[in-house]
Amino acid sequence: MFSSPKLAALLLLVCAAAQAQTDKFTGIGRPATPAEVKAWDIDVRPDFKGLPPGRGTVAQGQDVWETKCAGCHGVFGESNEVFSALVGGTTKEDIKTGHVARLLDPSFPGRTTMMKVSHISTLWDYINRAMPWTAPKSLKPDEVYAVTAYMLSLADVLSADGELSDQNIAQVQQRLPNRLGKTTAHALWPDGRPAKPDAHGSACMKNCATEAKVASLLPDFARNAHGNLAQQQRLVGPQRGLDTQVRASAAPATAIAPTVKPVSALLSQYACLACHQIETKVVGPSFREVAAKYKDRSELREFFAARIKAGSTGVWGSIPMPAQDLPEADLAAISAWLAAGAKR
Amino acid sequence: MNIARPGRLLRAPEHLLSREQLAAPPEQRRGFLRGAFAAAAALVATSARAQGDDHILKPPPHSLALGQPVALEGYGHPSKFEANLQRRQSPGLTPTRQASVSFAPLQGLFGIVTPSGLHFERHHQGWWDIDPSGHRLMVNGSDDKMLKRPMVFTMDELMRLPSVSRFHFIECGANTGMEWGNVAVPTVQYTHGMLSCSEFTGVRLIDVLDMCGVDLKRARFVLAEGADGSSMTRTIPMALVTSGQVLLAYGQNGEMLRPENGYPLRLVVPGVQGVSWVKYLRRIEVGDQPWATKDEDIHYVDLMADGQHRQYTSTQEVKSVVTTPSGGQVLLDQGFYNISGLAWSGRGKITKVDVSVDGGQNWRPARLETPVLDRCLSRFNMPWVWDGKPALVMSRATDETGHVQPSRAQLIAVRGRRSIYHNNSVQTWLVQESGEVKNVQLS
Repeated sequence: MFSSPKLAALLLLVCAAAQAQTDKFTGIGRPATPAEVKAWDIDVRPDFKGLPPGRGTVAQGQDVWETKCAGCHGVFGESNEVFSALVGGTTKEDIKTGHVARLLDPSFPGRTTMMKVSHISTLWDYINRAMPWTAPKSLKPDEVYAVTAYMLSLADVLSADGELSDQNIAQVQQRLPNRLGKTTAHALWPDGRPAKPDAHGSACMKNCATEAKVASLLPDFARNAHGNLAQQQRLVGPQRGLDTQVRASAAPATAIAPTVKPVSALLSQYACLACHQIETKVVGPSFREVAAKYKDRSELREFFAARIKAGSTGVWGSIPMPAQDLPEADLAAISAWLAAGAKR
Repeated sequence: MNIARPGRLLRAPEHLLSREQLAAPPEQRRGFLRGAFAAAAALVATSARAQGDDHILKPPPHSLALGQPVALEGYGHPSKFEANLQRRQSPGLTPTRQASVSFAPLQGLFGIVTPSGLHFERHHQGWWDIDPSGHRLMVNGSDDKMLKRPMVFTMDELMRLPSVSRFHFIECGANTGMEWGNVAVPTVQYTHGMLSCSEFTGVRLIDVLDMCGVDLKRARFVLAEGADGSSMTRTIPMALVTSGQVLLAYGQNGEMLRPENGYPLRLVVPGVQGVSWVKYLRRIEVGDQPWATKDEDIHYVDLMADGQHRQYTSTQEVKSVVTTPSGGQVLLDQGFYNISGLAWSGRGKITKVDVSVDGGQNWRPARLETPVLDRCLSRFNMPWVWDGKPALVMSRATDETGHVQPSRAQLIAVRGRRSIYHNNSVQTWLVQESGEVKNVQLS
């Protein structure tokens, strides 16, 4: 045991001091078991602390990708109309420099994940904890390695016959296009260091220099883009909301029929697209498959409406579709579209 | 009997116009009003009942009959006449409703507290109503020596600990983010509505870390992790924790947190952007370096003109906005108005708010209402007589560090237009001669 009685006494003292804080709140909390910590402590840091051992090839990743990721993110990470693109905008030159040059170009549309990300640990950690979107934490570590490898291959960080593992991830990190693209030299990180804000206003009170010309305002065609503003303001008080269903020129009021949204907007609004695509099977069957399977039924619209409302289990696989609560008009529109063959 | 100023008495238009007519554009509504005034005047001239306002002279049903019983609703609702004030999505901003945001209707709120049901929402993978009896908070270290005892707490246990209650604002880092390039949205709900303010009740995180025997010489950061599908993670600098500011909160405005706001437990990080206030909080890890999580390395990074992204931009700097009058509203008439708005800073208390009605050429100090609290919304008011001419209404706040809110031009000169996050520039509303108020940007 202890070689010196003095050391033993000192250790006892230290333990007693540490115990004091717990004793202050006697009976509150308990030690976490190693199994509990292991179950929840899943984070992976930029220095790869927390990364479990494992490996996955680009080819394996492509298989996982096409069944579990492509529905939302596109076969090549280019994404679809629902989610923003993961891959694109990086070059072989960026892999050398560690800075994505396209970020300097204000005319380049959008910024992909691969253009921004500076740590492979960030991709690994997030895919592991939160993907696929509707079934987070369902991928095994080797699948996470494989999917990450596939994404990296789409940006030429890994070759098509490449592999990502706990052994080579630090080397692969040195090829990430935007690995040097971040800075913490600013005043918005409250880590205790004194920092001076970079953008200051003027305290001028009289005859101040200004930009008094109106340079930007909403165009008239966008007047009603956020719905009727008259219905978004209190009905009592100093002012009312502007009726944006009437044109700015204030033509005589005419009854305006409620606008019918296209079905594509409804599918997006009610997150149908999180599980179903029009032509490809994702989590659930494609809309086209559903339409084809039941096309000979009578009262098809009513059938689809009832199915969407009630949800279903076991018809297309083990993942259940939960009951959906949506307004009758929208339900009818989606059902009619399915009954007509789910055409684009 | 003589009504000295019958016209004035009849002025409030809702007494004369139907709701449909009220919702009509101002020019047309004035037409309705003229008609109504004429009719009313005719009535005054001819009717035997022309003694005053019918709302006074003719008792309404609620004065003449029995009202509703107690506890008709176990949990009360706002008046049915307040149904227009809802949190709303900005159409087209996000493609799904699970990874999305809803905006608080700042245009209709008074004082500084946001009613919990109108609190803005931001979810990354959908929200849950979690059974508190099964919810656990774990505290562990990124290595064995970071703290002496990894521990687990139930909600029952956390709620037995000494609690504090504090008012703080919470603002999404992307609030006003749609307006970097040009005017994109019509009302203050959409320009500034990713902002709310509540009284939060909970336990100081430092007290819980002390129970675990944290080694404050080595611990430089904590990681906060949620229990929902996204298990959202964010790095918090230890300086905020040791000062006792960071709370493990379960209470909000006198009741438990709302499910949309993280029931039963969320982190409160005063002055820091909302994404760090992790909801459904299940774990705190103590470590010696930041984690560069998805929402720290891919999102919530601010692109500068040199192609570098600023990372860990967390502090919400000094900012203010006039909420009345504001975009999408129509002033009913010329004359007196109370210009009113909100000011806040992630670096402390607000010390001053100036208001301009001429596009920033001349400013007057507004009256700050009490309470003025640390990292909390402050309400300001300033009297104004509108002469019916076009006016450019703006507010400009100063915080206790002396930081003055920048104009749009001053902010863009430093940050460019592609930051997405942390737009704290001065907002301008144009009051047109028609009474219509528009969101505008000046140059």
